[in-house]
Amino acid sequence: MIYQRRSSPLHAARAAVASAWCVVLALVALSFDHPLVLCVLLATVVAAAAAARVSRRVLLALLVALPLALAWALINPLVMREGLTVIARLGTVPVLGQLDVTAEATAYGGVLALRTLVIIGCFALHSAAVDPDDLLRAFRRVSFRSALTAALATRIVPVLARDARRLHDAQRCLAGEPAPRRAVVRAVAAGALDRAVDVAATLEVRGYGAARRAPRGGGCPWSRHDLAFAFSAGALAVAGVAAYAGNWESFDAYPAFVAPVEGGQLWLCGALALGALLPFADRRGIEP
Amino acid sequence: MTAALRLDRVSYRYPGTATPALRDISLAVAPGEFVVLAGGSGSGKSTLLRAASALVPHFHGGEFTGRLEVGGLDTRAHEPADIAAVAGTLFQDPETQVVMGTVRAELAFPLENRGLAAAAVARGVEEAALALGIAPLLERSTHELSGGELQRVALGAALVGRPRVALLDEPTSQLDPVAGDELLGVLRRLNEEWGTAVILAEHRLERCLSAADRVIALRDGAVACDAHPRGFLDWAAEHQPELQTPGARMFSLAGLHPLPVSVKDARRALAAARLDVDIRGQRAPDDAGGSPQHAQAVSRWRRSRAKRVEPALAFSSVWLELKGSRTVLRGVDLEIAPGERVALMGRNGAGKSTLLKVAAGLLTPTRGRLRGGRVALLLQSPGDYALRDRVGDELPAAGLAAAGLAARADRHPRDLSGGERQRLALAIVLHGKRPAVVCLDEPTRGMDRGDKGALGVLLAELAGAGSAVIVATHDAEFVAAFAQRTVLLGDGRPVADAPTADVLAGGWYFATQTARILGGAALLPEDGAALLRRETRGEAGDRALSARADG
Repeated sequence: MIYQRRSSPLHAARAAVASAWCVVLALVALSFDHPLVLCVLLATVVAAAAAARVSRRVLLALLVALPLALAWALINPLVMREGLTVIARLGTVPVLGQLDVTAEATAYGGVLALRTLVIIGCFALHSAAVDPDDLLRAFRRVSFRSALTAALATRIVPVLARDARRLHDAQRCLAGEPAPRRAVVRAVAAGALDRAVDVAATLEVRGYGAARRAPRGGGCPWSRHDLAFAFSAGALAVAGVAAYAGNWESFDAYPAFVAPVEGGQLWLCGALALGALLPFADRRGIEP
Repeated sequence: MTAALRLDRVSYRYPGTATPALRDISLAVAPGEFVVLAGGSGSGKSTLLRAASALVPHFHGGEFTGRLEVGGLDTRAHEPADIAAVAGTLFQDPETQVVMGTVRAELAFPLENRGLAAAAVARGVEEAALALGIAPLLERSTHELSGGELQRVALGAALVGRPRVALLDEPTSQLDPVAGDELLGVLRRLNEEWGTAVILAEHRLERCLSAADRVIALRDGAVACDAHPRGFLDWAAEHQPELQTPGARMFSLAGLHPLPVSVKDARRALAAARLDVDIRGQRAPDDAGGSPQHAQAVSRWRRSRAKRVEPALAFSSVWLELKGSRTVLRGVDLEIAPGERVALMGRNGAGKSTLLKVAAGLLTPTRGRLRGGRVALLLQSPGDYALRDRVGDELPAAGLAAAGLAARADRHPRDLSGGERQRLALAIVLHGKRPAVVCLDEPTRGMDRGDKGALGVLLAELAGAGSAVIVATHDAEFVAAFAQRTVLLGDGRPVADAPTADVLAGGWYFATQTARILGGAALLPEDGAALLRRETRGEAGDRALSARADG
């Protein structure tokens, strides 16, 4: 996932605001369990990606994340012993003991899968639509450690992606069967620490984290998009906290799966989707 | 005046190692001095540069003793980010040295880190881009750049802040001869006009010795020689001949003195000895004739071309047009015979690596046809072929022994030296059915002369066994020693295809140092020395004759 400039309100917003918006959206997904809310959030992420003109990249990330989501959906009913409605008795399994699969645990596995997809979608949107260079500059003013972590997080992915491509090409050059994909992934992961050290060393010798600060006063004034996404992130955060504190979703997974779809939940879904997507409606001042 | 760099009894050991990487080094580099660091692989050149940028010990850890000052800042008291204000650093691998998304942002980054105002940052970026010839790249995304372009951008980022010291680790390793010469020209200008002290680690000394004020040779982490370039060449002739430049080697083999630092020096010396006219007169610039060895090579090549043998690999009008991007290969027609040793040369971006990838089936041509047997391809990073944790798990014992790596079976592939890693990767690629063609992409990058020699022998053995060998490289000295035939690529198609002696003898950039000194009469120092010895004997004979006639 490499950032590319597009003409969209999210791209037009300053990196710190756009980043905060993506992170708040992911945090909202973490604070809700109701499947309808999570479905609406997933649809919101996809719609936001389309509005930001990076839908292909985000959908690809969701596709890659699908096996992980499915793993959650499959593992949860096997390891959770909660729930009243037993739908399968698998007998006694070594280590795990008596295995009774319940409808509640299966349904909650689906909830976990949905949440995984929303969070990965948010970070895919972040990678595709938030300028890492600007983000790096913004973090520089906060603290060296957090800045270095952010820099590594944004820089190391493209470096590792290039490593993986090279390793894959090298394996294709061999006479016999090329090494399995997981061996390539393992080699890339094993080399990740070395690569991270190289990137961090480069940041250091370019003077990143030196005590000097950029002169103040030269910053750009906040654009309408900066303000819109900042308000949106704030509204999402408030709605998330209020809904969580007030238990607006009225959701229970165990012992019985209770996920009512009534006026309160529908209002919550509408408010979240509208709050997140409204900033995309204003396309004034966006470079073509 | 404060020294640009001062080391006082510096020793250093990397964490978890028994052998010190630097041993008791004391030296001082004056402001505005141009110093070349010489030495074989593992001699301590890169570690010395990392110590000067304060990454050793702050970043790498380990055991550091002594005192090191850069621009008056003690590296024990200052972090690398502080040292960056006085020293610009460039490492070998450009891929990990570009940290921003666009070239403009990359060049601005060090200036912004120093807290400069926006106008000063913008001016600095423009100036650095113009000085390094990367102005057309400013708005490009860094992930789209080629290795050579990345190297120049990384160098720009190292120099944009006009540092007092430039610490450069093989900055020309990824560049073609033209770009390499341009880059050295820029360094020279920085050094002369801005007074920047340059400390440059380099294997290909013939490229940079003429610019140097001083050469420091390292061996096993200690200073083995610290002298002006001519003094260094004298020392190398006696103590470490593999560090000699080709020109100096030719002179010392021919028994001529003083040893030349540059092509100009060598020509002047030959003119003074009344040897230049005779030798250079042996061939016109566009003439394929020349020395007897050259004539034999040409005749062998023509005979082999005349024989109609089934080619090991044949390209017929091969095109590669990238979707939404440029055309990389343009109607390539090329036949490689079994057992033939071929070099692919050309500027960065000429299509050398792409041609090899097409040959190996990693890329599919958009037009044209390719036929031939199995192609084994060794890409630029040999470390990419070994995915297991033990060298011994990569190959059967016999294969490991044949590669000379039986004693390294229990090591991790990453712990092998550059030359050993190259041998392991080649053995992995060659494992199984014997390939009809073996292709290598820039195999000599970062290698010292000893490792290059060993690689040349290995490739000659492969060719002797019947496999055609194709090497894409910028290294003219290696090509002269290894290849029978050289194909020069330009803009995605062969622009010259002839015996190596022809291509490298008449060239300006794509030529060996020996060829440039002798006007193309010989490519290798040994042949050049033989020619000079013959000429010297002839000259002495003429002098004796005229003395006798005068008498």
